Amino acid sequence: MKRFVIVSAFFTMLLVVWELASESGRWSPVLFPSVVSVAQYLWGAMMDGTLFEAIRVTLQRLLVGYMIGVAIGLPLGVLASSSQISEDTLGALALGLQTLPSVCWVPFAVLWFGQTEGAMLFVVVMGTVWSVIIATNHGARTIPPIYARAARTMGSEGLHLWTMVMLPASLPFLVSGMKQGWAFAWRSLMAAEIFVTILTGFGLGQLLHYGRELNAMDQVIGAMVVIVLIGLLADRILFAPWERFLHRRWGTNVRARMLRPACTRTRCDFHS
Amino acid sequence: MLDQVHDYDDSKSLTVTAATSKLVVEGVSKWFRTPRATVHALDNVSMQVSDGEVVCVVGPSGCGKSTLLDIIAGLTKPDAGRVLADGHPVTGPGRQRLVVFQEPSLFPWLDVFGNVMFGLGLCPELSSVERREIAHRYLALVGLEKFERAHVHELSGGMKQRVALARALAPDPQVLLMDEPFGALDAMTREHLYDDIQRIWSDSCKTIVFVTHNMREAACLVDRVLLMSKAPGKIIQGFDIPLPRPRSIYDVELVSHAGRIADSLRGTVGGGVPE
Repeated sequence: MKRFVIVSAFFTMLLVVWELASESGRWSPVLFPSVVSVAQYLWGAMMDGTLFEAIRVTLQRLLVGYMIGVAIGLPLGVLASSSQISEDTLGALALGLQTLPSVCWVPFAVLWFGQTEGAMLFVVVMGTVWSVIIATNHGARTIPPIYARAARTMGSEGLHLWTMVMLPASLPFLVSGMKQGWAFAWRSLMAAEIFVTILTGFGLGQLLHYGRELNAMDQVIGAMVVIVLIGLLADRILFAPWERFLHRRWGTNVRARMLRPACTRTRCDFHS
Repeated sequence: MLDQVHDYDDSKSLTVTAATSKLVVEGVSKWFRTPRATVHALDNVSMQVSDGEVVCVVGPSGCGKSTLLDIIAGLTKPDAGRVLADGHPVTGPGRQRLVVFQEPSLFPWLDVFGNVMFGLGLCPELSSVERREIAHRYLALVGLEKFERAHVHELSGGMKQRVALARALAPDPQVLLMDEPFGALDAMTREHLYDDIQRIWSDSCKTIVFVTHNMREAACLVDRVLLMSKAPGKIIQGFDIPLPRPRSIYDVELVSHAGRIADSLRGTVGGGVPE
């Protein structure tokens, strides 16, 4: 309860400072709209359906691209971890391409696919795949071999060994790999939507883009707020439960430890 | 690979007793090849363990005693020689020879009870009710019945090794292999565990092969100590420890036994001070 009060006080204060700053009249309201005008824009966009449509289009692209990226990246990451040769080749390739900001794929994608959904998808997949490979590769290399050894002495082998030992043992890196991938998919999709204008769907990035074209700062900020909120929500819904599980079981989760030092089971449960 | 075996045919006593021994190690040698060098880890190691006997292999660090245990467990293949369990050659790991490892080997994704159930789940002859009952019994035996639902990371080092012991004992293996199970524990926890281990072992009547570099630990726990030389490891001497049980680590006679073993080890490693 105390935490909730502190958190809401913090964000209320942020909004109040913003509102006061815009009302002070030092900056043009065109460039620095008030909280109220942004809220009005969001309300209006919600009412006429453009906002939900944009969210739907964006999330659909994100999920499809992300899933393709993970489906390609996870096995390739495991492959990269399997030998020194694959690490030197596939691992190095992934590391190199991951340093390429995903927006750099946009010209490539537009030339190959034109102004289509395919271009959009391509950018998202390219943004996701490399980081998933890197995280998976790194994680798979850090599974303690003792787990498989212990399991084998107890008679576990083949399918049982893979599903009951290797899979759960790899959960920490699977989750971190998928989370990495998600963050990069989200970033690359926004880049793609801002730069690739297509008519088959009007996503959040395009909302942002047209806000700039129309000089509608309330729309620009409103779209940014929605993008931030979706990122936060996705993290909470998709990854936080897994991370809490890992933290409880392994007792080692850097993020959870930072947020909740000396976390007991009951407090973790409360947090959810 | 096999043609090296006949080098050791002179160990006639081995073949005679092989039939009555629970565990026979015959002329086992092992080399580890790295890109830079080949390390000769074990050199023609032979030993036998009778049913219900508790045997300890001691030796200086890096003498290959853990490798020997791995080979007995079937986790590592020897380059020469072979291991017989109940007269049958060991070709791979199996649940008749369970291992308590030095490093923490409990599965963090399972709770304490789940860890003990893991091995039991691979015993098709047991019903699920029997499995649960056995898991409860062994956790009570190691004194952790109150921690069945605890997560692994919540346990202390000593508690983790107790769970590992319960996990290894629960499927009722023929042979229990322990690889420096107390190596990572502090002295006080270790001494406490010696008492518990002696009680549990005498209840279970298992054949046990135990590896350590601690002479007093060896003298306290086992019937017979086999001394290994430094790498390449070979067994150079055997000591019987005919002391009544339960033994105390501070017992004068026990300390003198430990001293005898340490002295011969010093003779082999050339003045080094073993622990």
